[in-house]
Amino acid sequence: MAKRLVAMLTNLGNRVTSAAWRLGFASRFFLMILVHSGTSLRRFHLTIREIYFAGALSLIIILVSGLFVGMVLGLQGYDTLQRYGSAEALGVLVSLSLVRELGPVVSALLFASRAGSAITAEIGLMKATEQLSAMEMMAVNPIARVVAPRFWAGVVSMPLLAALFSAMGIFGGYLVGVKLIGVDEGSFWSQMQASVDFREDIINGVIKSFVFGVIISWIAVFEGYDSEPTAEGVSGATTRTVVTSSLAVLAADFILTAFMFRGA
Amino acid sequence: MNRATLDLWVGVFVAIGLGALLFLALKVGNLSSATSGETYRLQAKFDNIGGLKVRGAVKSAGVVVGRVAEIDFDPETYLAVVTMKLDKRYKFPSDTFVTINTSGLLGEQYIGMEVGGDSLMLKDGDVVKKTQSAVVLEKLISQFMFSKAAEDGNAKK
Repeated sequence: MAKRLVAMLTNLGNRVTSAAWRLGFASRFFLMILVHSGTSLRRFHLTIREIYFAGALSLIIILVSGLFVGMVLGLQGYDTLQRYGSAEALGVLVSLSLVRELGPVVSALLFASRAGSAITAEIGLMKATEQLSAMEMMAVNPIARVVAPRFWAGVVSMPLLAALFSAMGIFGGYLVGVKLIGVDEGSFWSQMQASVDFREDIINGVIKSFVFGVIISWIAVFEGYDSEPTAEGVSGATTRTVVTSSLAVLAADFILTAFMFRGA
Repeated sequence: MNRATLDLWVGVFVAIGLGALLFLALKVGNLSSATSGETYRLQAKFDNIGGLKVRGAVKSAGVVVGRVAEIDFDPETYLAVVTMKLDKRYKFPSDTFVTINTSGLLGEQYIGMEVGGDSLMLKDGDVVKKTQSAVVLEKLISQFMFSKAAEDGNAKK
């Protein structure tokens, strides 16, 4: 009995220590990426290639889901608003909820599962097949050559994807609200323009998506780099990327929202 | 895939991404009609501002000419001090009447400028003298009820 208790406590202690160790390593890794990002700027085609894989290939999923989210918002929003006789405010509802929250958050979640998992799997497999060690043998720094370009590609792509998501969602809301249901087109746009502020709403949305881009890319490259060099290790790391970065995005969203949209 | 095709696709991606941002800024946001240009500040004191909020509109003849920049409480006079930022292009006479209005019956509250006839114009930092506070619907209703009750009482006598 005492032995099992000791074993349990040891296990718990090991878990805590390893979590703290991973967090420390992740922070050091983040600094290492920043220090070694010179190469990804000087040999910019490395980053361009990764922007293609992380950003351009995520276009379809972002555009389609943005359109559907906007259309759903249009239907649901109209249903509630028309009870209070203010269906003209549909544009405000759709645009504010997309620009402030849904655009950055949903596109970040999609980005984490579409691009983040791919980055982790790629780096993890490179490690498992000892390509990273081979690079070090050839005096090529794998962080500068492999990790940093992927990190920056994610950071650059995320705000663009979030903006596309919001724009597409507003278009979807317009399609449903104005074309399908018949809300007045003029008041749809003019009320939207009257209540969406450029600095307060749109820039804050862009800042959010930028922060999410940093978080997702950081977690994705770290999990890949830190994965166990086995088939199981890589698959576990890929799962952890999606789970951890989704949770981190939602938590960061709460903190950012508390700072940005408090009161007023 | 060769480098030129890759560059092309990334170029397309970045271009439509920036295009979406531009769409958000100009079509969705108020950047195109924002009073981002030169502004000047005016102050006005009210007994009661009702539900007026910072960034609420300042309108003259129904046209937005500025925004509410700050709302403070003056602990000495117990009045609300509203600071407004107005577009430099629009000047108002010094006897302009500043009121707090409601758009629609229950809509948002805004500041209305009813232009006077003075030849002197308000300058940056001036305090507007003539103000009228917000109409509080509850007060209005209770006044109506009391006067109605009083009428009924008189009729019975």
